[in-house]
Amino acid sequence: MAKNADLKAYGRELTAKLLRDMVLMRRFEEKAGQMYGLRKIGGFCHLYIGQEAVATGAVAALDLARDYVITAYRDHGHALACGMDPGALMAELYGKATGCSKGKGGSMHLFDAPRHFLGGHGIVGGQIPLAAGVAFKIRYRDEGGVVLCFFGDGAIHQGAFHESLNMAKIWKLPVIFICENNQYGMGTDFRRVSAVHDLHAMGCAYGIEGRLVDGMDVLAVYDAVREAAERARADGEPAFLEARTYRYRGHSMSDPAKYRTKEELQAYKEQDPILILKARLEQAGWLEPAAYEALDAECKAVSEAAAAFADQSPEPPLSDLYNDVLV
Amino acid sequence: MPIITVREAIRQAMDEEMARDDRVCLIGEEVAEYNGAYKVSQGLWDKYGSRRVVDTPIAEEGFAGLGVGAAMTGLRPIVEFMTFNFALMAIDQVINNAAKMLYMSGGQIPVPIVFRGPNGPAEYLAAQHSQALQSFFAHVPGLKVAAPSTPYDAKGLLKSAIRDDNPVIFLEAELMYAWTGEVPDGEYLVPLGQGVVRRPGHDVTVVSFSKPMRVALEAADALAAEGIDAEVVDLRSLRPLDDAVVCESVRRTHRCVVVDEAWPVASVGSHLAWLVSRNCFDDLDAPVECVASEDVPMPYNHRLELAVQPSVEKIVRAVKRVMYRES
Ligand SMILES: Cc1ncc(C[n+]2csc(CCOP(=O)(O)OP(=O)(O)O)c2C)c(N)n1
Ligand SMILES: [Mg+2]
Repeated sequence: MAKNADLKAYGRELTAKLLRDMVLMRRFEEKAGQMYGLRKIGGFCHLYIGQEAVATGAVAALDLARDYVITAYRDHGHALACGMDPGALMAELYGKATGCSKGKGGSMHLFDAPRHFLGGHGIVGGQIPLAAGVAFKIRYRDEGGVVLCFFGDGAIHQGAFHESLNMAKIWKLPVIFICENNQYGMGTDFRRVSAVHDLHAMGCAYGIEGRLVDGMDVLAVYDAVREAAERARADGEPAFLEARTYRYRGHSMSDPAKYRTKEELQAYKEQDPILILKARLEQAGWLEPAAYEALDAECKAVSEAAAAFADQSPEPPLSDLYNDVLV
Repeated sequence: MPIITVREAIRQAMDEEMARDDRVCLIGEEVAEYNGAYKVSQGLWDKYGSRRVVDTPIAEEGFAGLGVGAAMTGLRPIVEFMTFNFALMAIDQVINNAAKMLYMSGGQIPVPIVFRGPNGPAEYLAAQHSQALQSFFAHVPGLKVAAPSTPYDAKGLLKSAIRDDNPVIFLEAELMYAWTGEVPDGEYLVPLGQGVVRRPGHDVTVVSFSKPMRVALEAADALAAEGIDAEVVDLRSLRPLDDAVVCESVRRTHRCVVVDEAWPVASVGSHLAWLVSRNCFDDLDAPVECVASEDVPMPYNHRLELAVQPSVEKIVRAVKRVMYRES
């Protein structure tokens, strides 16, 4: 597995990008959390901290010129992985006119159509059939792309998941379904509400091979998605990956997360995705401590600048209320 | 008299009905161990255990339908939707099964079930999590729909709903849970289908229900300061709809403004306006006015989301229109 893999197989450029993406996500969201505390951001704000390896590794294995990404409301990481501008994201979290969704979507509804990032969806499981539909389009037009569809361990019990896997299989739709099993849906341990604890086994009901991936290991995620994407491109085989991961923060900003132990949280923090990759790069002699410090400082500065941009941006005008709805 | 919150009133109603009738159980996401996403069911799992207070997977269609099946055969389930936004996942079970079973079976199979949870706009939650869906349910014969605005009514109506042999949609509001009011110790019921005059007046009838009642009453205060004496009617139930209490009022005031935070097309508000126009045609001195949500999905930005909803200013303006007092 990727843990002992030869870093040379990935190369310096890719591994540096993976590290930077994860650090940027972490710093960006820490900033967002801080700004939430200052009431610059309101409503639900679902932080991705701890899960960065999943979006980072998965999206890095795609070619966004022809591939697509869609996810649920815990979407800041995926948006950044797709290369969206941190300023436009932070401005959206602030509800500003310069936000990627013009202040109308907020934290849960980040979108970037040109970058093939199709959101940002609030209804648990609601995005899964959309992914099948995008793959239907890809097949229809013979574009050779794939769709990466993220959802949580909670979403897997919605009919939408099961209906979509079935359609993807019978119509050979190039979708990679990727369940980010962070082990909780809100306050519910996934084992309490799932008949099957190996969620990846659920693919077999639809003739789709399911695979378990270490979601704390960005290279493992990258490998799994790259292989799945190759197969999906070659013969339209859908794939189903379960990335076992963990969210460090509560479900949203208002959740004190009392349903889990400190020890459990600590155990995952010890296999932190950023620290793992950083250690490996250092071991390989590809990363000097000073270089990491510089990277970290740069990501903090980018996040700081994003917040400043959001702060200085104007609110959407009232006249915008009836824009973008067809009547 | 004790002063309690809407949240406590709803909890008391469930607690009392569960204590008096073993057939009553509570089913929904996070209702048991987490004590409810909005803490409405706090303590009920401790008291009644997992047989009667049941945490579900995120599978609204499934657990709503499960509730209907149990209700068809002898239980009286309360199904909590974490919010009514997610009831849309289950609307087939509500409309095609719960609402129609008694009729389709030629009167053989009643469905005594309550579907309850927060409905309507909250704050900073954007389009998929902040919408008023009463029209969808009030539209359907076979359903009863309650939408209280005070702790007293919330408790009395919910107890009636649980004892009713019909499926009842019970609409709460996140922003109302902390509202307080007097609730007597001891047993009482508020019958479904009865409106009430909240504030007597003789110049104009303002009709509303649920959360906008507060805005309607504030508007009445603002109007009083300008010498306009508004009567304010709280519908409390939307189906059956007590148009008699409204028409009785309009026959005295000769003017009517309906306030409904749902979209204006095919809404409870527009239906009531039609009823008043038809039944009080000879008594009206002006066309009935409606104050509704703007006809757009809910934007995230706070200024825009406030502008979407009924406000004191909008109601005052509508009242002045029906009084021909436009400035
Ligand atoms: C259909 C639906 N039901 C309920 C909710 C409320 N809700 C939001 S997130 C969530 C938990 C989802 O857990 P999971 O899929 O594991 O994703 P995670 O939050 O862990 O990323 C719930 C119940 C919702 N948004 N949509
Ligand atoms: Mg989860």
